[in-house]
Parts: sequence; structure tokens; C-alpha cells
Amino acid sequence: MRYIRPLSIEDAVGQLAGSAGPAAILAGGSDLLVRMKGGFVEPELIVDIKGIPGFSDIRETADGFSIGAAVPCAVLGEHAVLKKAWPGVVEAAKLIGSKQVQGRCTITGNLCNASPAADSVPALVAAGARAVVTGPSGTRTIAVETVPTGPGKTSLAKGEIIEAILLGKRAPHSGDAYLRFIPRTEMDIAVVSAGVNLTLDEAGVIRAARVALGAAAPTVLLVEEAAEALVGRKLDDAALERLAKVCSGACRPIDDKRGTIEFRRKVAGVLAGRAATTAYARAGGK
Amino acid sequence: MNFDPRYANRNFASVGTRPIRPDGIDKVTGRARYGADFNMAGQLVGRVLRSPHAHARIRSIDISKAEALPGVKAVVTAKDLPDLTNGDAAMYDILDNSMARAKALYDGHAVAAIAAIDARTARQALKLIEVDYEVLPHVTDVDEAMRHHAPLINDTVFTEGLEEKPVKPSNITKRSQFGHGDVHAGFAQADFIVERSFKTEQTHQGYIEPHACVANVNLDGTAELWVCTQGHFVYRQHCAQLLGLEASKLRVTSSEIGGGFGGKTHVWAEPVALALSRKAGRPVKLVMTRDEVFRASGPTSATSIDVRIGARKDGTITAAEATLRYSSGPYAGSWAEIGAMTAFACYRLDNVKTVGYEVLVNRPKTAAYRAPSAPMAAFAVESAVDELAKEIGIDPVDFRIRNAAQEGTRSSYGPVYGPIGIGPTLEAVKNHPHMKAPLKKNQGRGMACGFWFNFGGQTCVDLNIGMDGSVSLAVGTVDVGGSRASLSLVAAEELGIDYSQLKAIVADTSSLGYNDMTDGSRGTFSSSMATISAARNAIKILRDRAAQMWDIPVDDVVWEQGHAVAKGDNYGNLGKLSLRDIAAKSGTTGGPIAGHSELVADGAGVSFATHICDVEVDPETGATRVIRYTVVQDAGKAVHPTYVEGQYQGGAAQGIGWALNEEYIYGKDGRLQNAGFLDYRIPVCSDLPMIDTQILEIPNPNHPYGVRGVGETSIVPPLAAIANAVSNAAGVRMTHIPMSPPRILAAIEAERG
Repeated sequence: MRYIRPLSIEDAVGQLAGSAGPAAILAGGSDLLVRMKGGFVEPELIVDIKGIPGFSDIRETADGFSIGAAVPCAVLGEHAVLKKAWPGVVEAAKLIGSKQVQGRCTITGNLCNASPAADSVPALVAAGARAVVTGPSGTRTIAVETVPTGPGKTSLAKGEIIEAILLGKRAPHSGDAYLRFIPRTEMDIAVVSAGVNLTLDEAGVIRAARVALGAAAPTVLLVEEAAEALVGRKLDDAALERLAKVCSGACRPIDDKRGTIEFRRKVAGVLAGRAATTAYARAGGK
Repeated sequence: MNFDPRYANRNFASVGTRPIRPDGIDKVTGRARYGADFNMAGQLVGRVLRSPHAHARIRSIDISKAEALPGVKAVVTAKDLPDLTNGDAAMYDILDNSMARAKALYDGHAVAAIAAIDARTARQALKLIEVDYEVLPHVTDVDEAMRHHAPLINDTVFTEGLEEKPVKPSNITKRSQFGHGDVHAGFAQADFIVERSFKTEQTHQGYIEPHACVANVNLDGTAELWVCTQGHFVYRQHCAQLLGLEASKLRVTSSEIGGGFGGKTHVWAEPVALALSRKAGRPVKLVMTRDEVFRASGPTSATSIDVRIGARKDGTITAAEATLRYSSGPYAGSWAEIGAMTAFACYRLDNVKTVGYEVLVNRPKTAAYRAPSAPMAAFAVESAVDELAKEIGIDPVDFRIRNAAQEGTRSSYGPVYGPIGIGPTLEAVKNHPHMKAPLKKNQGRGMACGFWFNFGGQTCVDLNIGMDGSVSLAVGTVDVGGSRASLSLVAAEELGIDYSQLKAIVADTSSLGYNDMTDGSRGTFSSSMATISAARNAIKILRDRAAQMWDIPVDDVVWEQGHAVAKGDNYGNLGKLSLRDIAAKSGTTGGPIAGHSELVADGAGVSFATHICDVEVDPETGATRVIRYTVVQDAGKAVHPTYVEGQYQGGAAQGIGWALNEEYIYGKDGRLQNAGFLDYRIPVCSDLPMIDTQILEIPNPNHPYGVRGVGETSIVPPLAAIANAVSNAAGVRMTHIPMSPPRILAAIEAERG
């Protein structure tokens, strides 16, 4: 096994693209090291990206925020401006693992690990986040929901690295929220989860909505019908009931050690409603 | 040794105080040495190859490629552990469990092991071992395993305990029965009868420290073993027998222990480590991974229990009956038998009958887990008792008080009780402020009682007095819950010296006589009895030495508050001699001063507890939060109250995990799906409320200070107390443990229709 710590994105991409055997990217390592210890992966090359300039920075840009691929989730929680703009994304990132894990893990790693139960991903999808991908053939920007293609699988080609996650500027009267269900209070993985992002008008009528569900299908689900159930309405009981129904219906969950199909279906609707209520309140809706 | 163990009332100076534990600084500074912290020069890394199949015949094992890998020093299979058990069926099961012989009997069953120069080589070598399996049909569910057409795990098993020997083999190894009176007549007198069936899933003790040992077999037939265990003397006996060593030539040293809870009373990896060391001719360290701990060590039984209880309108129970089926893994056990003994032990019953069935399944060999078998039986019985109280319209505490066992009651499992604590714990609960705390929407309260036998057993202690007057205490019961502190307090009490003058250690198997292991809540009970005896023997010598120093008859010397005092009018001019004074002169008055004791600690008083629990259930998700929890338990005499409280809280915490989320989940392929702490969900700190405790002290007549064991009873009531609370909060009776959110939500939705 070879460990390298390149100091430029070009070098990192080149090393990854040129590797003959299995290669892995290391940021926080909270997934990679656990999988290596368990004997599930045995990479020949490990590319540590923490030395690449800019990868550990959160930047405020004209368009919003750029969160470097090596920024630990705990740092998101320390960024007051980001937290104010995207509280749902930050609260999702701050639910991963434990305090200690949050000091290492990253939202980019969470996205690339491609678990349907990843905590930060439904919040990022709801937020309309985009990923900056650099590879041997240049740089492209793609919607985060197009990165995972199935459990443990991504659309990234050999040699490609996500440099940063982009979050947009906030329109007035906007709010987002994320909730997950775990049987414990922490140190657990979502049985099912929901991220909701809303923009209201002056009167509190929902003008834009994105709802994403986690652990409800092989990848995080962006539920388009849920947006339709909300847009043009205030968040009253009828809208909440419709939202819950649409979300429960959109699930394609499985029975496994963490929960049953029936449970995930029902609770997906419950969490979507509760997250929507929080997002609505954060957006200033009454 | 003329030791009188009977209780005598006295005023305590040291016992009942709360000094810091002698092992505390080592533990909080990381200096304490646990199982994996011991190392030897030239030591090899041991790793075990485990069956991926729940049930498979082992056609052949080819180790040639693994042996040929550079860095591999030994590969062992069952051939390297020949059967020396000489017809001892229980030992044969331990041997077969340590290393599969003809068949792999569960996912995780060891089939081969490797000793190599490093972990990487050992891992590579494991992949080079070729095992040819013939996969057989398997069964993991306790009820399924009892069916006529279930796959047979062992075709030489014919159910014991039946009136006629069965003609066909089955997975039921034994039927046992307890009780007295006539339950049919009893039910005929009942105005109300509750009848229900319950299930509990298999749980693991969840000790944080995995099994670990270093084995060193020498060419001269001697051997050493450093190991994390609850009983190094028992490990020595078992390993010596399995390896063909002489017990006295195998020296076993116990490490500090990061939790045992019964799970470290059984050998698994240790015979394998010794076999590897013997073959390699070098020391071998074997440390289990968490995955191995879950798949191949530990668990308690999964159960299926039917309960029927009848009572008159006035609240008197007229009859009680239970059928209990407990899984024992692929080897015979007596787990249902213990469940059947404990099920109704809290009550005064004229007509009671319990029947237990031991059931083989393709799961790891069932191991003891804190009051083994009792929590599941209590869950079923205490749930039914609660429901019956409700049907009659009596308060559940009053109903239990009315039917509680008392001194002179013939217990449901046979013996007649002496002074016991079930009534007082119930009265304390009735008057506890917890019972009056207001409940909000979606919250519910439950309570339940629990019983455990407690055990005494063989015990040996050495007490040595240094020439500087300090005292060392060598005990043979591994300290799993603060017993070194408790035993130091007892020695200080008896000698009349300060706690700080003492240091207690756990001696190795070559330094002290045989001790049973720390199980059955016996550590403090039995070793304190032996410590008192050893201290009294030392005092005899101290008095004798003082008499020499004064040149007076020893009969005129008494021991008072740490001093020899000359009694009688003639000795008015003689001052007191302290322990230090006498110790300082010991070199010229007859040599070292020591007290020794070996005894069988009989009369461990039975133990009772009553718990109260408040929960809040989210009716939309089935999530349960424990918001208030109180333990009331009889300790006989709390030697170190902080550690008694710790035992009460620890049992409740483990019970909360068991009740709500912990369970072994097997796939259709018979493989364990959640062999790790991520998906085997023990409670994290933030899941638990502060667990309140109340210690009652009803002296055990068979111990000089009245001590009873306290370690286990606290895990008996929680499953039932929480089930009663959840049932009250959710408005539906929960009959399947764990009450995970999907189970609770499904029950609520079914109730809504």
C-alpha cells in the first residue's frame, strides 16, 4: 500500500488516474479507515487531499458558498454566516457519527461514500447543492444528486476528485431543515431521513420547495411531487398531510437490520412534515 | 478454621464509607493493563478463521498454502486439539466450541487459527486456508427449532427429563419442571385469568473490552496465560484439561477487565492461543475483533415464553403457570431451567408450575449474562402480573405487595425463604417520590420486580502484614465491579486500621488457592467473608506477638480498634500496641505476620429488587425515551455504597438497551447481520436519564456483616418495567423484546386498526 499527500489538484488527479490497482481518496478517513480495518477494502494507493491548497477552506463567493472537500463537518458548525444561511445543511453535517468523528469527516466524503443513509446528502440535495469535479479531462460542476448512483457507487470517473461543494446565495424568506430517525440519540445511522428547503413570499406562501429523503431508496431521493404538494400554499395541516402522503408514497425502501419497509414509509412522511415545519418557521412563515 | 460466618450487628467504621478505588488512578490515567496490553518478547499474532455458514459439515481443511507463507509460524485446526475430555460432555462442548471438529455449528464458529509474525501476514494466511464445507440446512429461531421437521443440529440428542425416553432425536436437549400445589384447582378458584405469549431476542453482554490473551507454552510442559477473564482459576482448569497440561504448571494471570457480565466466564480463544503457542514454540497474542466477539462469544438466550396467572377479585393470586423455551446455541445448556426457577420467585403462591425447554439453534453457544435467564422470565411474568392487576382494578404495586413472598414462604423453585427484601422494596417503591412525579402526554409509568439467587462458592484469601505496618490483601476473585475497594474496607474494618494502609490485588493461580470465578454476584460476598476470616486469623497472631512483647499470657490480650490491649488489673502500666508497633518487631517475635483463609462461602442470601420507569413514546415514530428511572434493591449491607449504586445503575442501563433496541439479527442465510456496535444498538450516554437508586439493607444472616451479592439482580426487572411503561404510554401491550421503534409503531398502528 502506498500513501501520498499531493500538494496540487493536478498531481492528485494524475496519481489517481495513473494508479494500476484500487485507489482511494482520503480526507477525514471516517469511512475509509473503518472499511480498511474491517477488511472490506484493500487499496493499493491512498491519496490524502488535505494538503491541497484551498481544500480545507470555506469561501463566501458572489454566488454563495464554496466548501472545500477536506473541510471537517465540525468546521461547518463554527461558520456563523454559513450556519445562518443554510441551517439545515449544517445540522445534517453535525449529526454524522459523534463529536470526534465530526472533527474529521467531510460532506464531500459523505457524498462520495454513496450511502443512501448519508446524513448530509438529503440536506444538500434539498439545498440544490452542486459539486465541482476535477479530473483528467478538466473541471465540471454537477448537481450533488447525480453523484451517488447506488449504494457505494458514484458517477465519478477514474481520476476524478470533488474539489468543493457549492451552496447558493439565499433568497429572502428562505429556510431549510433536516431530520433523521435513529433509535438512539447519537452515534447511529439514519433509518430514514428528510431534508426540506423552502422559499416563501412576503405573505408566507411557499414559492419554491425541494424535499429529499434518505435511506428510503438505493440513492437519496429528490421527491418532485412533494414540491408540487407545497408550492403555492401556506404550510397548513392539509399541505402537511399531502406532503406526508406523497413522501411515504415516493419511498422505495427495503427491510433490513435497521428498519422495515412499512416503518420507513410511514416515518419518511412524518419526518418530511416535521422538517417542513421547521424550515417554514426558519423562513419566517407563520 | 472455626470461622463463624453468622451475622452479628455492629457499628461500622470503614464499611459503608466511599473512598476512591485502589485501581482508580491506573484506570483514569490509562496505565491499567487490560487483556491486550500484555506483551512478550518474540510474541506472535494469532488470528482465527471462522465459518461463514450457520451449519456445515467440514469435509476437509487444507492448511498447506497457509503454512508455506513466509512469516507463518503455526496453523492449528481441531487436529491440534485432540479430545482429552474423557467422556465429560460439557468439556467436550467447550472443546468443540473452541475449534469446530466435524461440523461448523454457527456463523462465526472457529475452524482454524494462525500464528504469524505480524497481523498482515496472519490476515493473508487466513485467506490461504481452504475449507471444503458441505452446507447443511440450519435453524436460528427458538420456536422453529422445536418443530418436528426442523433441521437437526445434533442427531445424538434425545430430550432428557421426559417420562419416557423419546424414540427420535430432536433439538430439545432437556425438559425441566418446578412448582408445587395444583394449578388446575388454583385456576378454578380464579375470578380473573391473564394468559399471554412473549418473545425476547438474543442479546450480547456488550462488554467494551474484547476477549484477549497472551499464551506461552514452554518446552518443559509448563505454560503461562495472561488473560482478560472473570475467573482465572476456572480458565486454568479448563485450558489444562483441554490441552493435557497439569493445572499447577499452567499459571494464569488475570488482567484488568473491561466488562464481563458473565461473558468472560467461558473459554473461547484461550485454548486456541495455547495450542498455537505450543505448535509455534513462541508466545502468541490472540485478540478478538468486535465482529468476532459478537459472532462467536457471549450471547444470552433468545426466548419464547407462555404465562398464565389467575387471581381472585380480592387480588390474591390463586395459580401461576409458565412454559419457557430458551435457546442455548448448538450445545446443551440449562438456561430455561434457570428461567423456570426464577420466574415466580417473587411471589407467595399455593399453586405454581413452570416448565423449561432447552433448545438447540445454529447460533453461538449461549453464555451467562448477568442473572442469566432471569430477565426474560421476569419480563413475561411481570407483564402478565401488571395486566392482571389492571383487569382486577388494583394498583400494580398493591397487587404485588399482597402476593409478595416473605420469610417462611416456600419459593416457587423449592427452598423456603429466610429474611428477604421483596416486600420492603415494594413498600419503598410505593412511598418513593418517583411514583408521584407528574406524567405528560404520551408518557407512561411501569414498575416490576426481580429476583436472583446469588452464589457463594470456593474462596481463598491471603492477608500479609508488612514490617512497616501496611497490609496487602491477595484475593482470587477477579475485580469486575470495585471489589478490591470493598475488600480493603472489610479488612480495614476487621483490623481496625485505615483504608489507606491497605492494598488489595488479584493474585495469579500459582500464588493462591483455588477460587471460583466472579459470577453469581459472589465477588464481594464470598471474598469479604474470606477476608474477615483471614483478618481474624492475623489478629490471633498479632495478639500472640503482643503477648510476647509484653511477656504476658495471650489470653490477656484483646484486639481493639487496631491495637493490642492488655486486659486486667495487673497491666495498668502497659500502653496499647498498634498494628504498626507489632509489625515493626515481627522479625524478632516469630517472623512475618499473615492471615490466611480458605472456605466455601455458603448462604449467599437471595436478592430482590423493584424498579420504576417512566417513558415517553412518540406515537408517530414508535421512538421511546426513558425519562425517569429508579432502582430499589436490597444489598444486605452496602460495603462501598458508591459501587453498589453503580451495580444498580449498570444493570438498569443494560436492561434499558435490551428492552428497547439490542438484538441479534440473522438473515435467511443464518448469518449474523449486525456484528458491531453500529447496528447492535447498546444505549449511548445521551440515551439514558440519571438512574436513581435506593439501597435497602436487610442483613443476610449467613454473613458476618450481613452482605448479599448485588451485581446481578439489577438487570432482572428492567425489561418488564420498561415494557409496562411503554405499554401504558402507547396504549397497547408490548409482548416482544426489544421494543424497537418498528415494533412499537406496528403495534400502535394495529391497535388503531
